[in-house]
Amino acid sequence: MIEFYLNGRHRQLHSADPNLSILEWLRTDARLTGTKEGCASGDCGACTVAIGSPDAGRGGALRYDSVNACIAPLGSLHGRHLVTVDGLQQEQPHPVQKEMVECHGAQCGFCTPGIIMSLFALHTESAATGASADDKALLEALSGNLCRCTGYRPIIEAGRRAAAQTWEPAQGTEQQAKGDEIDLSGPAWLQASEMLATLGQIQERAAGLEDSEGRRYDAPTNIQALRQLRDQYPQARLVAGGTDLSLEITQFLKDLDHLISVANVDKLHEIREDKDGLYIGAAVSYREAEPLLSRRWPQFHAMIERLGSRQIRNRGTIGGNIGNASPIGDMPPALIALGAEVELDSVDGIRRMPLEEFFHDYKKTDLRPNEFIRGVWIPEPKADEQLYLYKISKRLDDDISAVLGAFWIKSDGERVADCRLAFGGMAAIPKRGPAAEAALRGQTWDISSVEAAVTALEGEFTPMSDVRGSSAYRMQVAGNLLRRALLESTHKDKKQPLMVTDYA
Amino acid sequence: MRKLIDTNPQSVAGAKPAAGARGLVGSRAEHDSAWKHVRGQARYIDDLPEPDGMLHAAVGQSAQAHARIKSMDLSAVRTYPGVVAVLTVKDVPGHTDIGPVFPGDPVLADDIVEHIGQPLFAVAATSHRAARQAARLAKVEYEPLEKFLTAEQALEAQSFVRPMHQQLSGEPDKVLKEAPHRLQGQLYVGGQEHFYLEGQACLVEPTEDAGVHVHTSSQHPTEVQKLVAEVLDLPIHEVQVEVRRMGGGFGGKETQAAPLACIAALLARHTGRAIKYRMARQDDMVQTGKRHDFFTTYDIAFDDDGILQGADIMVAGRCGFSPDLSDAIVDRAMFHSDNAYSLGDARVTGHRCKTHTVSNTAYRGFGGPQGMMVIECAMDDIARHRGLDPLDLRKRNLYRPGRDTTHYGQVVEQHVLADLIEQLEASSDYRNRRVEIAEFNRDNPVLKRGLALTPVKFGISFTAQHLNQAGALVHIYTDGSILINHGGTEMGQGLYIKVAQVVASAFQVDLDKIKVSSTRTDKVPNTSPTAASSGSDLNGMAALDACEKIKARLVEFAAETYGVSTDEVRFADNQVIAGDKSVDWAEFVQSAYMARISLSSSGFYSTPKIHYDRATGKGRPFYYYANGAACAEVVLDTLTGEYRCTRVDILHDVGDSLNPAIDIGQIEGGFVQGMGWLTTEELVFNDDGRLLSNGPATYKIPAVSDAPPVFNVQLLKDSPNREATVFRSKAVGEPPFMLGMSVWSALRDAVASIADYRYSPPLDTPATPERVLNAVTATRQWVKEKDTAAAGAPATGEPVC
Repeated sequence: MIEFYLNGRHRQLHSADPNLSILEWLRTDARLTGTKEGCASGDCGACTVAIGSPDAGRGGALRYDSVNACIAPLGSLHGRHLVTVDGLQQEQPHPVQKEMVECHGAQCGFCTPGIIMSLFALHTESAATGASADDKALLEALSGNLCRCTGYRPIIEAGRRAAAQTWEPAQGTEQQAKGDEIDLSGPAWLQASEMLATLGQIQERAAGLEDSEGRRYDAPTNIQALRQLRDQYPQARLVAGGTDLSLEITQFLKDLDHLISVANVDKLHEIREDKDGLYIGAAVSYREAEPLLSRRWPQFHAMIERLGSRQIRNRGTIGGNIGNASPIGDMPPALIALGAEVELDSVDGIRRMPLEEFFHDYKKTDLRPNEFIRGVWIPEPKADEQLYLYKISKRLDDDISAVLGAFWIKSDGERVADCRLAFGGMAAIPKRGPAAEAALRGQTWDISSVEAAVTALEGEFTPMSDVRGSSAYRMQVAGNLLRRALLESTHKDKKQPLMVTDYA
Repeated sequence: MRKLIDTNPQSVAGAKPAAGARGLVGSRAEHDSAWKHVRGQARYIDDLPEPDGMLHAAVGQSAQAHARIKSMDLSAVRTYPGVVAVLTVKDVPGHTDIGPVFPGDPVLADDIVEHIGQPLFAVAATSHRAARQAARLAKVEYEPLEKFLTAEQALEAQSFVRPMHQQLSGEPDKVLKEAPHRLQGQLYVGGQEHFYLEGQACLVEPTEDAGVHVHTSSQHPTEVQKLVAEVLDLPIHEVQVEVRRMGGGFGGKETQAAPLACIAALLARHTGRAIKYRMARQDDMVQTGKRHDFFTTYDIAFDDDGILQGADIMVAGRCGFSPDLSDAIVDRAMFHSDNAYSLGDARVTGHRCKTHTVSNTAYRGFGGPQGMMVIECAMDDIARHRGLDPLDLRKRNLYRPGRDTTHYGQVVEQHVLADLIEQLEASSDYRNRRVEIAEFNRDNPVLKRGLALTPVKFGISFTAQHLNQAGALVHIYTDGSILINHGGTEMGQGLYIKVAQVVASAFQVDLDKIKVSSTRTDKVPNTSPTAASSGSDLNGMAALDACEKIKARLVEFAAETYGVSTDEVRFADNQVIAGDKSVDWAEFVQSAYMARISLSSSGFYSTPKIHYDRATGKGRPFYYYANGAACAEVVLDTLTGEYRCTRVDILHDVGDSLNPAIDIGQIEGGFVQGMGWLTTEELVFNDDGRLLSNGPATYKIPAVSDAPPVFNVQLLKDSPNREATVFRSKAVGEPPFMLGMSVWSALRDAVASIADYRYSPPLDTPATPERVLNAVTATRQWVKEKDTAAAGAPATGEPVC
């Protein structure tokens, strides 16, 4: 059984196909058709919903995240509050709805419910944290919502105007249920105390779904239970945010027999900021990890902002990005450059290894059948170390990299004392270029050593040609990214923009 | 007598007249579904209540681009859990060819397949997923046949879906030979996936008479009706087609919605149950046609000032396996290969290449954008050849009095662009920014900025003359509320609200008294597609015609009732005014009803003046031209080819706007879509002819950060249409799309800065970061060769395109 709230009402589901997405369940079983399917692959945002999860940092109040309902497994709703556009139909509209109308932000209207929910989540979170939703936040919040009609200008304008308003009635007593009548006007119902208390209790219970065919979804809450399940069902698929795995279900039409969710396991959400390094649990999302990483290496901020969309970053996890062993990344090449280690867990115990050794071949890793990724450890930056991180893709928002270059360089003042040059999109796995590193190590950090490293790269990579770029383009860009790193380090003081993203 | 409805008590006779009716033509009325959109209450096909027993459709797709089907084993499909029916072409009672204009589109494949994704058989099952899963289980044996995948391959093999067409004026060969300067070039112009957010969908319900009621997301309900009737072997009146709205169309639902409806209708006939056929995104991208990509060449003569003397232009469109609308699309590419410029003596040749790919189809601009790209490429090349600012060259070559006849013989009568460009040049601060950008480019080691100002002149009318007609049906009810039905469909462009504004203006009543109902073939018959930007021109005029007919009766009634002459009757401020009497609208309507005056009328419109003779390649295919210009600035990264469009200024001519808010929405949206077409939207096929960019993960339409951070859009003031269009407005659906060309031109400008604008870098479209980087590399190479040459022998400076 799973238990959750839908637009302020408590729901229990005893049996359902675990392959169902939240979107399919909404549209077919619940027959709430306000939420649209545009792609079923998490790339267009028409299906965006807001999901409230108890946030320990806020004393258990709910934090509302925008989520692509099309690739979020139904089971992941356990212990959450699902808010859909159907919950925003009151007479007194939400400011984002009013402004979208007044700014002419909808034309065909099909992407609109998703845009409303992305803006709603931003508005709600800004109100909760007191952050100002500036243009940067607005663009970030909408990065996963495609609109084919408007060209976005009126949508951005609507978001700007709504940011300056409160959702009325802003205060007031908590909106109480009178029988089945729930007053959904104003923000109070989003944090109704009765709902918070019930969700708190639900969260402590492990969830499970099973359908008549015997397909299962297990969501344990503690690590022992996860170890046991993993050991007992090595064929089952592990799922965290589901942003990658769900594509097997929605795009390749596979029916998965058994899913084990790691999302509710408390230990996998662990974050430890030790003296020697940062430990991030496998189920920590990009959104949560980003500030931790950016505080140490500011380059992560720009890169993670281009990794997927806001919706993907709310769900996708560092552990998942490592576990799915994509040749591109984007996190693994960056983590490999930093010398990160991955921690693997099972009934047999915990083991740790350098992340770069984890990847064997295309989609093949060192993970044993009964293991799961528990977390990743990243050494603390030192004063003599630099990180250069570049993501190259056709589109700035929500695009998979053609090439990702991550360069860690340790300098002894004049010379490159040590370096790690890691790439995504250049081989079957995220991979370092040892020959290029050797060309730099011990050399002066200047154009001649960089050119030698670029030449070395050409000898050690033979990237493939695919829909995202030709082999020749990838090779040329990989070399140019090294040149860019040099340029960035030497042009620092000239205050000239060096990246097109400086114009964001 | 049954009592009539109460009229609004606030507006009883004697009350102070309102300050004027609200929401008339020219006002910024919001989209009629705006509140439903933002509340998730607007219903699209997949949101409609599902009839009991409804089944879901899917089709099996060809895995080969060109092959003979040796055998097809469907047993695993038939036995898959949930499957209720499986049909092949042998089960079709009527026509099996559903080509919309010319034959060539089998509803289900028979013997031969001609593109990957072509429907082979249809499945009805109890769930969408089961139907799709089952459809993948067929065992098909193919015998591969020779295939052509690109326009160039087809040209070489002389493989065409329709004969070539040519337009000739003067003696281009002679001029080209004798002119002081001559440049030749070629450009590949990429295609485009529509990526309407709502995929193709229909819901077909059997009626009691063996007919069907079809809910479809289609721009062309009449064609759906006709084709469904033909495949079911029924008279057309047994098929009703209804379109409430589309979640985007852009041309992709002009012909491409009909095959789904036909397949669903066949399954509905076979099973006796309602059928929903909704395409998953990937199937939609693989199975339905796109914008044609074109291979183009030019050979142009000009004088020292860069004034064009003559041109020989060739455009070859990749049509895919069947004609579909390609004849008219390649024609429109030819008509627009001059864009806004007088070519001089010209020959324009258009080829319709047959390839073994999905049949390409209508897409906003309908071939026009591809044709314009040739001449805009040439404009930049000639400017660099002559050492001119490309804007100056463009201005010099605009049509003007004395040089106003196009290569197809139409005279450009309303010269809008010269003034429009002057205004935009000033408001965008073009000249100062040129200087500032040159400085930036000198100093920055990596980034280069580029600027371009390009015009658009777009011909308005269907080039198929008979399509330039429309019908409407207007009813006034006894509470004064008005219902309109017309042949146009709503795909987000705001047609319904514009037509409602036209009707409100006709009667001078508040807009909220007007409702436009869903488009239905049983209310207004024999309609044209909502396409060619013609929606409000045609349907607005048809609605106005219906209103005028009703008004004539009402005026006569008022004159008789109040004892005044008919000239003394007028409609104003939600009142009917007869001499010194004024009566509230609803009250007046009730008295007209009581006097047995008909309060309903149909209306009709056909566009005057237009004709085109294919035998001579001459005529006046367009009633008028819509105009606009855009100034775009970009910044690009010479290390990776990545770029951003940082500022866009647009001035666009919509005549007297019916609704400035809606029109600006069309301009902004069209521009960004056009920019996407020329930048990040890349259709990639592999050597087998399989589309690799088959979903939004791999096919990148502009996202929110691609919207220019500075985006100034203005409507040209005081520029009523000289032709008698609906309230002197101009069509706006397609023309702004081509304003996106300014971004491509600005990218080339930025790259050319590397060679101090002496070299015109090749830049096929879409100008992906990879293509931009290649252009950078080619430009650096050119500079290097020049420098080497300069160090040695003096070089002759012929730029290469």
